[in-house]
Amino acid sequence: MNKKPKHLSYAKWGYIFIIPFFLTFFIFSFIPLVDTIRYSFYEYYRSGIKEIGPNFIGLENYKALFESDLLKYAGNTLLLWLIGFIPQIVIALLLANWFTDMRLKLRGQQFFKVVIYLPNLIMASAFAMLFFALFSNSGPINSILMSLGITSEPIDFMGTAFGTRSLVGLMNFLMWFGNTTIMLMAAIMGISPEIFEAAELDGCGSVKRFFSITLPLIRPILAYTLITSIIGGLQMFDVPQILTNGQGSPDRTSMTLIMFLNNHLKSRNYGMAGALSVFLFIVSGILCFFVYRMTNGSDTTAAKPEKHHKSKGGAKA
Amino acid sequence: MNANHKTRAISRRSFLKGVGAVGAAGMLAACGGSDSTAASGGSAAGGEAAAEGKVINIYSWNDEFRTRLEAVYPEVESTSADGTVTTLKDGTEIHWVINPNQDGVYQQKLDEALLNQGSASADDKVDIFLSETDYVFKYTDAAADVAMPLTDLGIDPDTDLADQYPFTKTTASDANGVQRGSTWQCCPGLLVYRRDIALDTFGTDDPVAIGEKVKDWDTFKASAEELKAKGYYALASYADTFRLYGNSISQPWGVEGSGTITVDPQIMQWVSDSKEWLDAGYLNKTVKGQFNDDWNKSMGSASKVFAFLLPAWGIDFTLAPNWDGPAGSWAVTNPPQAYNWGGSYIHACQGTDNPEHVRDIILALTATKDNLIKISKDYMDFTNTMSGMQEAATDDSFASEFLGGQNAYEYFSPVAENIVIAPLSSYDQGCVELIQNAFSDYYQGNVDFDRAKENFETAIKERYPDITTVVWPD
Repeated sequence: MNKKPKHLSYAKWGYIFIIPFFLTFFIFSFIPLVDTIRYSFYEYYRSGIKEIGPNFIGLENYKALFESDLLKYAGNTLLLWLIGFIPQIVIALLLANWFTDMRLKLRGQQFFKVVIYLPNLIMASAFAMLFFALFSNSGPINSILMSLGITSEPIDFMGTAFGTRSLVGLMNFLMWFGNTTIMLMAAIMGISPEIFEAAELDGCGSVKRFFSITLPLIRPILAYTLITSIIGGLQMFDVPQILTNGQGSPDRTSMTLIMFLNNHLKSRNYGMAGALSVFLFIVSGILCFFVYRMTNGSDTTAAKPEKHHKSKGGAKA
Repeated sequence: MNANHKTRAISRRSFLKGVGAVGAAGMLAACGGSDSTAASGGSAAGGEAAAEGKVINIYSWNDEFRTRLEAVYPEVESTSADGTVTTLKDGTEIHWVINPNQDGVYQQKLDEALLNQGSASADDKVDIFLSETDYVFKYTDAAADVAMPLTDLGIDPDTDLADQYPFTKTTASDANGVQRGSTWQCCPGLLVYRRDIALDTFGTDDPVAIGEKVKDWDTFKASAEELKAKGYYALASYADTFRLYGNSISQPWGVEGSGTITVDPQIMQWVSDSKEWLDAGYLNKTVKGQFNDDWNKSMGSASKVFAFLLPAWGIDFTLAPNWDGPAGSWAVTNPPQAYNWGGSYIHACQGTDNPEHVRDIILALTATKDNLIKISKDYMDFTNTMSGMQEAATDDSFASEFLGGQNAYEYFSPVAENIVIAPLSSYDQGCVELIQNAFSDYYQGNVDFDRAKENFETAIKERYPDITTVVWPD
């Protein structure tokens, strides 16, 4: 009886120390989140400077949302994300593997690590502005192409869906591959060198080593990269917004979900914006769940590398 | 010191509005409150107490109005170095609340302040705010009642503002014809053309002769053909002509409460003409829209563009900085259709605690001829005084070096007198912006005509949730 309160008093301090986090989370994240969900059931917007609502309208906002081109924008978002993510993960894996390969002994590693990370330090909007200027009809890229005689007329990069999407993908790739490389390097360096040595003694080539040892062992970090990238991709906004002046041009083919959300916020339409946010919330939740299950060793969806991981883990233990 | 204090108080308070929504207002409001008492205490100590409130809050999107006010308002004593506070001779302080126009930031901040006008303390109330022609109607709306009728201030538009151009008075009036704002500038547009291209193509750069060549759309089209034969473009972008058509619509874009946007036949005329001109090669295909890099470059000496359609501020603020050739290479003449582009309106905000000062400022800046002439001389604004501008038209001291010694007022004046302002609505800004975006894709061949119409409908319904139908002309 005497011991127990004493023990509790330590726990009390623990709780007191984490109170600030929960308090700020509650005020700045939780209440807005609940409010967003609540407003998604209301008609609530501004017309001119007059406030309309909030009037409870049930699921009307959701109905209107699914009647709009929501799926098209979701498709755009996914496509724009993929165009950036696929080269990003491939290049990052390759670079991370090279940088950590002790036999390659690359020179100037530190320098290159800094260089590839640099684009990430630029603000996305500034980066988009830069590309907008570079690739505009009278921009330097077109000037170079024309003076090299590659084209006689300026190429209208941002006038076609292909051009705009490629530019957005290229920018996302450039901005994030350095970050991913550094993260994957950390993961690869976390693997015990003994495993690599043992593999080499057994006559394992570098390609086989990459696919059979490195990849399976860095899977948790890969999963993390994938999850954060998906969530970041769903929220893709600043690059296409600046590049297309918020229009998602041409023909709304580069309009992402968050740009769509932003269009509703121009009229302070909290109802529709709330419904869209709830939709995004659910989608991110589902995606995260799938990716987590896929990569975190559930036996039902176990892919090939899964087994390797298990046997390695078992061997180590 | 005082200035810093106050701006911080304001930003803290607007931040609080956000917090208030999540329910933590009580705790934090106390600290905002003490901040504001400190600030107002400071200003009371700093100057003599006037009969009215000691602080005039003016909402605007840049320092244009401030510079005009400093130039002509006789009561101005000094302005702080950072430009946030102007002190008047009687000790009253003008606090400038500046938010950029881009992306609707200015209107958002202003709307927020107007919604809180009732509960704000006297020194925090908005006293004067500015609006642009594109959204002036939103604020002059009688039902919203945020801009005071001028008569309530003691200004009689019929006598005090008799020298103003009638269309500016119409623009600043609500649907019942009650004037709720006033402007110092008026923005008749002209055709500004390159003299060298005119000489090369038409053999003359005389404004009268060129004016004949562009006097209406059909004549202009024939001239465009001549320009094309010589390898020139008549105009830069399809967006350049929009104001001319958009200014002559016969019905407002929308009527509040009806849920309908009506597209005027004039707008569809713009669509078909622009497509025709673009396909015929009279416009530069690579220039999409205005105020972007390509458009700016098309004003340079290497460009093949013959003319631009610009108001006075456009020549001074856009064309001149982008022109890299010798001065005197441009000239102005009459546009194919009279139009107005822009204009900043001054409104007295309902609930102001400084009605006397506000009245004074409005009269000094928009109804005093000498002040307006001074603004015209110093800032190249075409100002809102009919008699003054008529005099300027014949006064050689108004000749512009940039225009090769031509006096642009000679052309501005008649255009200004002929402007009939299109019926306004609170949907104007969104409609004007979105219809150009939607049909931009059509001009470039990315979508067909019907798809462009659909895209406009989608975009306008997103922007204005109360819009349910869009009516197109047959």
